[in-house]
Amino acid sequence: MLAKRIIPCLDVTAGRVVKGVSFVELRDAGDPIEIARRYDEQGADELTFLDITATSDDRGIIFRIIEQVAEQVFIPLTVGGGVRQVEDVRNLLNAGADKVSINTSAVMNPQLVADAAARYGSQCIVVAIDAKQVAPGKWEVFTHGGRKATGLDAIEWATKMQTLGAGEILLTSMDRDGSKIGFDLALTRAVSDALEIPVIASGGVGNLQHLVDGVKQGGADAVLAASIFHYGEYTVQQAKQYMAEQGIEVRL
Amino acid sequence: MVDIAVVDYGMGNLRSVYNALRSVAPKASIEVTCTPSVVEQAGRVVFPGQGAMPDCMRELDRMNLRSVVLDAAKNKPFLGICIGLQMLFEHSTEGDVACLGVLPGEVVRFKHEMHDAQGGRLKVPHMGWNQITHRDHAMWQDIAQGERFYFVHSYYVQTGDAALVQAESQYPDAFVCAVARDNLFAVQFHPEKSHTAGLQLLKNFVSWNPV
Repeated sequence: MLAKRIIPCLDVTAGRVVKGVSFVELRDAGDPIEIARRYDEQGADELTFLDITATSDDRGIIFRIIEQVAEQVFIPLTVGGGVRQVEDVRNLLNAGADKVSINTSAVMNPQLVADAAARYGSQCIVVAIDAKQVAPGKWEVFTHGGRKATGLDAIEWATKMQTLGAGEILLTSMDRDGSKIGFDLALTRAVSDALEIPVIASGGVGNLQHLVDGVKQGGADAVLAASIFHYGEYTVQQAKQYMAEQGIEVRL
Repeated sequence: MVDIAVVDYGMGNLRSVYNALRSVAPKASIEVTCTPSVVEQAGRVVFPGQGAMPDCMRELDRMNLRSVVLDAAKNKPFLGICIGLQMLFEHSTEGDVACLGVLPGEVVRFKHEMHDAQGGRLKVPHMGWNQITHRDHAMWQDIAQGERFYFVHSYYVQTGDAALVQAESQYPDAFVCAVARDNLFAVQFHPEKSHTAGLQLLKNFVSWNPV
């Protein structure tokens, strides 16, 4: 049976892995290549790198990191952050990314998703959605690292991205990101039920039960977490063993 | 001539395939190539693929690689990966195109609204780590029954020739995920992204001497 995936996420800036709370207050977590190697050894199913560099000057750093990781880590690598045109997608794939995540630029220019999917295949196009609850059962899409409201409904937006050719949705609850109180399960469930493509739940993981809830209650196909792994609270292996004990199919 | 040619017909990134082969065969000469003569002269050929089937077939022809690929599939150790497996069959329902016709069968899409035994919805593409059941073949050396490999695809092959089938996986019904005939072996999953099990398969390939 297909396993639910556990995906450690590495937010990278200036060549370091960092983690913020609600998209601000960054804290250093270490060297991305070392961390990637550690998660690979622990049995991570994929790795996601988000380049959160604010300026375009330092964009080259992420390419060198991905090149090095891809030479030694043989699991799927997703890279996002600052992807604005099809050429950016190509460059990241050429550096060794297997999938490219598009967030703000998908909102600014939805055709980018269609063009990138047509050129490289849906399997390598992930659309990242940062969503914030605005009313019971209603979530709005935000861009620019959570700073700009778009007026778009998250469920409608996710459905549109699927239609344009996204192969997967990386769904982050901005309300929960960094909070350690668990995924926004209602949001995860609503988006997952609306789509035929896989949904990765993100934002809010503070313990291993949260991962289980994301799958069982949220209906997520994969769960993404950062800080619980970065600061040594849990290993990926421990997370998988716990999920297996709760009856979730995982790759052990 | 190179030891291993990875056929590049312009559909996406082959660096992962190159990196994984490099790690299991550090001394071999490996070339990602779109040059027909390099493929023709290579000792072994890896035939990957991603993207949409109609584009893959069109680009393969546009780059004049069809005849050398057909030749390699008959004459030397040959490994098809993902769409590289699907292209070996006769026809694909993805874009309703004729494929290479090396093997009998058709490429079809997973159904919409599939569910697992617990009633959970099964998404398409089939994406992630799934278990396989394999037959005896030199390419499965040191790979356990039930081992997991990384898949990402919406289409799979159906063939009437059961003798070709070397492995199956389930989503939710059994589907063919590896085929072989003589010097040819092809897998639906991505060995280059399947951690130690995938590297083992590639290692088996670089030392495989089909009779």
